[in-house]
Amino acid sequence: MTLWKRFATNRGAVIGLIILLCVIAIALLAPVIYPGGPWKMVQRPFLVPFTNGDLPLGTDTLGRDVAAGLVHGARVSLLVGLVSTVMALLIGVPLGALAGFYGGYVDEGAMRFTEFFQTIPNFALAIVLVAILEPTLGSITLAIAIVSWPPVARLVRAEVMSLKRREFVEAAHLAGLSNTRILVSEVLPNAISPIIVMASLMVATAILLESSLSFLGLGDPNIMSWGYMIGAARTVIRSAWWLSFMPGVAILLTVLALNLIGEGLNDAFNPHLKKGRT
Amino acid sequence: MSLITTILGRLVKAAITLLAIAVLNFFLIHAAPGDPAAVLAGEAGAADPLFIAQLRERFGLDQPLYVQLWSYVKNVLTLDLGYSFRQGMPVYDLIAQRLPATLLLTLSSFVISLSLGIAFGVAAAARVGKASDSVLTTIALLFYATPLYWAALMAVLVFSVQLGWLPGFGYETVGSGYSGLARAWDILQHLILPALTLGLFFMAVYMRMTRASMLEVSQMDFVKTARAKGLSGPVIRRRHILRNALLPVVTLAGLQAGQLIGGAVLTETVFAWPGIGRLMFESLEARDYNTILGVFLVSAAMVIVFNILTDIVYRIVDPRIGAKS
Repeated sequence: MTLWKRFATNRGAVIGLIILLCVIAIALLAPVIYPGGPWKMVQRPFLVPFTNGDLPLGTDTLGRDVAAGLVHGARVSLLVGLVSTVMALLIGVPLGALAGFYGGYVDEGAMRFTEFFQTIPNFALAIVLVAILEPTLGSITLAIAIVSWPPVARLVRAEVMSLKRREFVEAAHLAGLSNTRILVSEVLPNAISPIIVMASLMVATAILLESSLSFLGLGDPNIMSWGYMIGAARTVIRSAWWLSFMPGVAILLTVLALNLIGEGLNDAFNPHLKKGRT
Repeated sequence: MSLITTILGRLVKAAITLLAIAVLNFFLIHAAPGDPAAVLAGEAGAADPLFIAQLRERFGLDQPLYVQLWSYVKNVLTLDLGYSFRQGMPVYDLIAQRLPATLLLTLSSFVISLSLGIAFGVAAAARVGKASDSVLTTIALLFYATPLYWAALMAVLVFSVQLGWLPGFGYETVGSGYSGLARAWDILQHLILPALTLGLFFMAVYMRMTRASMLEVSQMDFVKTARAKGLSGPVIRRRHILRNALLPVVTLAGLQAGQLIGGAVLTETVFAWPGIGRLMFESLEARDYNTILGVFLVSAAMVIVFNILTDIVYRIVDPRIGAKS
């Protein structure tokens, strides 16, 4: 069976993929659906959802369109999730690969460094970084990348360590290939599937982290995000609970979709594991 | 390796880690945009040039960087975490005041999430493939994807605002004048919602791990032997599978303690729980960097202490661990 067929037989993964594609479509079309942006006051504040045809999800504490906020918020969540994951991979993959491939002092040093970052409570570090660098889209993405790379480094190190003893790597050595060449074009391509699985789960975690930072008021002040919407509506939870409810559902669905996709990919890459699991 | 040398080794490592965090803090202060003296003073002090000059002298900000670093680290080592100009007291005192509430919250949350997670994981593994297994697994998947602070808000909405079962705000009833058992009962009621919502995510993690681990161990040969000699299902599950399946779960739980402390910032913010997480949130609004960095350092120290404690517990519970390394 091909990878795609194995993935497609997993019902959860397909549902996840459909949800994610919807979120991506909404994010891409946001400027078309709501060209006015999410910040404009359009009606009286606290308009209850489903009471006004033009504003299906009502308005928030300042009379802004909630639907427009949700649609534009999808952009930030996906963007930060994706970019911070790529950045974390750019730190974690080379570090883990070097540690696993060369061993010895390189490994010792790299792993101590990784261990240090794993000891620090990662959400607290993200808060400190964003607070000190001032909240902007860039600093938030950077902070999330800085706290998310250690598991990548450990995973890649373990993969490379087991791969480097295999025959095809020995053959490459005998053929006179340089270490760099062997690592980049022989070893790493074979470690790609667990990295992809981990990356899809990391995007989910990054979205949760971004929304948590925004909830605490550490979001980029110029950009509407789901976490900010919940944070802003927190104080009116008694009178207008739906304002914090809806963005939460948006986060929940997006993160759930990514987790389902990650699990589906994992099962598709490792078909032999599936039997033991269910 | 004996227990004592292990503990000593861990303590040395812990000291080095804390030192490294202090150094990191120092560079973070210097990475902040603007004058480090103004950063240390916080917004409130920034207006007073005399005060800034005093700070500059006190921290030797005109000295070379390595001299400054040394004096900063020396301060941290003597538990001088600086002064919070926002709150009008030393950061150390502020944190000491708030720490017990955070310890109570995170420890109860840890115990709840670990015990419920293991219980549900065992239940799901025992009914693998059946409807109740799918229900438990799906719930875990949902908790796993739910933002912590949102779960907390929704819990306040349902159990406090709508149903009125539990208080959704604070550490105890203000001005109640309770003492002794009545006070403990009052605090316990306030504790339930924050501890549960903080633990939800971790409960899901532990449950999935326990389920997977139980299923893996149940395929092993010694379990077949136990079955072959005619032991009953529950006995095998409890005495043979569970004991072996728990090890990776507890290892993971020890590692995850750090995330629990990070999550406390969110939970304490939602529930107005007077711990160091809430203190960090208040300091964020005021850009009170001294306090933020102090809380950061202390939370890292908490993680380290916790990791050492779990390590010691394992070695006592499972002597194989000490022998292996």
